[in-house]
Amino acid sequence: MKQKTKTDEEGMRHIISILMENEAGALSRVAGLFSARGYNIESLTVAPTEDITLSRMTVVTWGSDEIIEQITKQLNKLVDVVKLVDLTEGPHIEREMLMIKVRTSSNDLREEVTRLVDIFRGRIIDVTATSYTIELTGTGDKLDAFINAFEKTPILETVRSGISGISRGAKNLHI
Amino acid sequence: MKLTGADILTRFLADEGVEFLFGYPGGAVLHIYDAIDRQDRIKHILVRHEQAATHAADGYARSTGKPGVVLVTSGPGATNAVTGIATAYMDSIPMVVITGQVPTHLIGNDAFQEVDAVGITRPCVKHNFLVKSVKDLALILKKAFYVATTGRPGPVVVDIPKDVTADSVDYVYPKEITMRSYNPVVKGHTGQIKRAVKLMAAAKRPMLYTGGGVILDNAHKELAQLAKKLNAPVTNTSMGLGGFPASDKLFVGMLGMHGTYEANMAISNCDLMIAIGARFDDRVTGNIEKFAPHAKIIHVDIDPASISKNVKVDVPIVGSVSDVIKSLLKEIKASEFKPNKAAAKGWWQQIDEWRAVECLKYKTDGDKIKPQFALETLYNITKGDAYVTSDVGQHQMWAAQYYRFDKPRRWINSGGLGTMGFGLPAAMGVQLAFPKATVACVTGEGSIQMNIQELSSCMQHNLPIKIVCLNNGFLGMVRQWQEFFYDERYSHSYMDSLPDFVKLAEAYGHVGIQVTKPEDMEAAMKEAFKLKDRLVFLDILTDPEENVYPMVPAGAGLDEMILI
Repeated sequence: MKQKTKTDEEGMRHIISILMENEAGALSRVAGLFSARGYNIESLTVAPTEDITLSRMTVVTWGSDEIIEQITKQLNKLVDVVKLVDLTEGPHIEREMLMIKVRTSSNDLREEVTRLVDIFRGRIIDVTATSYTIELTGTGDKLDAFINAFEKTPILETVRSGISGISRGAKNLHI
Repeated sequence: MKLTGADILTRFLADEGVEFLFGYPGGAVLHIYDAIDRQDRIKHILVRHEQAATHAADGYARSTGKPGVVLVTSGPGATNAVTGIATAYMDSIPMVVITGQVPTHLIGNDAFQEVDAVGITRPCVKHNFLVKSVKDLALILKKAFYVATTGRPGPVVVDIPKDVTADSVDYVYPKEITMRSYNPVVKGHTGQIKRAVKLMAAAKRPMLYTGGGVILDNAHKELAQLAKKLNAPVTNTSMGLGGFPASDKLFVGMLGMHGTYEANMAISNCDLMIAIGARFDDRVTGNIEKFAPHAKIIHVDIDPASISKNVKVDVPIVGSVSDVIKSLLKEIKASEFKPNKAAAKGWWQQIDEWRAVECLKYKTDGDKIKPQFALETLYNITKGDAYVTSDVGQHQMWAAQYYRFDKPRRWINSGGLGTMGFGLPAAMGVQLAFPKATVACVTGEGSIQMNIQELSSCMQHNLPIKIVCLNNGFLGMVRQWQEFFYDERYSHSYMDSLPDFVKLAEAYGHVGIQVTKPEDMEAAMKEAFKLKDRLVFLDILTDPEENVYPMVPAGAGLDEMILI
């Protein structure tokens, strides 16, 4: 998968939500399509839905209108894809989860971290004598801002879930 | 009644109406071969290399419209089949390829002859399946045939582990299948049909550009009606040849890199292009910026992803080609459509001027056999009614230019992938489908050697194919590019140490004839085609320096052709 930083010339960012058969290999069909045709992927998440025969995948990509049109057409062409929607075409909500482990070897650091967690409405989910692990959910920008806020605190580890999205209002992606 | 997976497979194929299974045995498919041995409803055609099995099934599919079916073993059996699968994929040919797999408990263990067939074939199939339980086998096979033959057709791989072929379950042939995730569109959008007809009515210089989709959807009759109604020139892609009769006065020949002057000029000057079942391939459009610069474009295709992929179109119509043309004809009738007669007169006058250039004329040279002459002779001797398969290179382009196809499914070539080695095995598939028909394989000394071993299969299955080998001692198309664009540095395009093809044919039990002089051509071909029940290898020594003209150089527009 091609990882590029987004620039204006490369077009708009799109969040494509895909409902597909929960079959072995479904993920690799989508990932393979993106790499074979040289499309960009910023993140990709997938998990089964309330109907276990279906998976819901969220792909964040970017490109010109023509490229995005091709991406949705090519995805629709995959035999396992039941339905898809480009969430960015309408009002929608996007969320990502971050877990971050930071070194808190002094009281100063512990206080600093606790304050940041409060400001960003995160949660400390694990504590040791020398480290805190924090959970935070929000848009990608919010998570970026949170990570950047740790100026003095050494970051030991971060893990991000990738973006999940859903449309606002009663509109839904369902079969 | 309980049947083993192997018996379910053979039973299913017969129930599905499969006549031939092209294959090659091996460890993982031994249960299946045992099952083949105890039935007589499907006929197994043993090849000499798995690539040939896929090409033969492909040739069968292209000539009949029915899906080609292949059976190969795991590991190297599957990898050898990949080229043929990719060939079928690029040209949208319906095919079902059954690959054996190591037993389920060994999958992922790097077992003997194990390869991830589903993974390897994923980018070059329409879809593929791994059968994990014998309970799923019949339904998956049904899905495979359904997906392969509907919508935009294509190859489907079904990977079956050996233990699944040994396990037993009750078998019922699944007559119907629905898949919630797969519902190809058939009918064209009414609003778009209306918009298209409005453009047709306003056009002064309309042009039909049609491709393989017309052949795949058997829409040649509808296309002929539409062309007549519009009084518009028709050009075909290489894949589309035979979709419109080459002898019709509306036909202006093939377009593209080696298209005719009149076709490429008409494309460059038309004000309305009606693209049907064609996908604006780079070999067709030349420099995309300069392609059909004055034209509004209507694009009819079953695959939405083919529309506005390379060229932005004005009226996209997604649907089955034959269905959409029927709707267009209906709308034309309903809309009191009148073609602009005065404009048509001027347009045709212009086209006739381009025709007068006679771009396919070639210089003759007393001693040397011109390849174009060989193909003209082939056309005359077979009265233009043969099935012609071809390999890839100069001979392929000459065949496309000089064998004027009047009927669909007669021109069988690897258009998209450009697979050398396709011609002979594809001819096997055609000859099996039509045992009494004349089948010619137009090839070169380079291509034929890529699957020459199939001469043995042809003997075993009594396939009286006529191999027309244009032997110029060069990989001709490579040589041509090296002459034009690499200052005549003929790096590795010369074929040294060629076999004596006549003796080689004879060694396999066939007839070989060598032609060295133009004056012997007609007699040699007559003799070859008279031998109805024998394979004849015509080794025709042609002018090594002949080039394919016209030619649109890479990066140039279609109206910037090099003429002879």
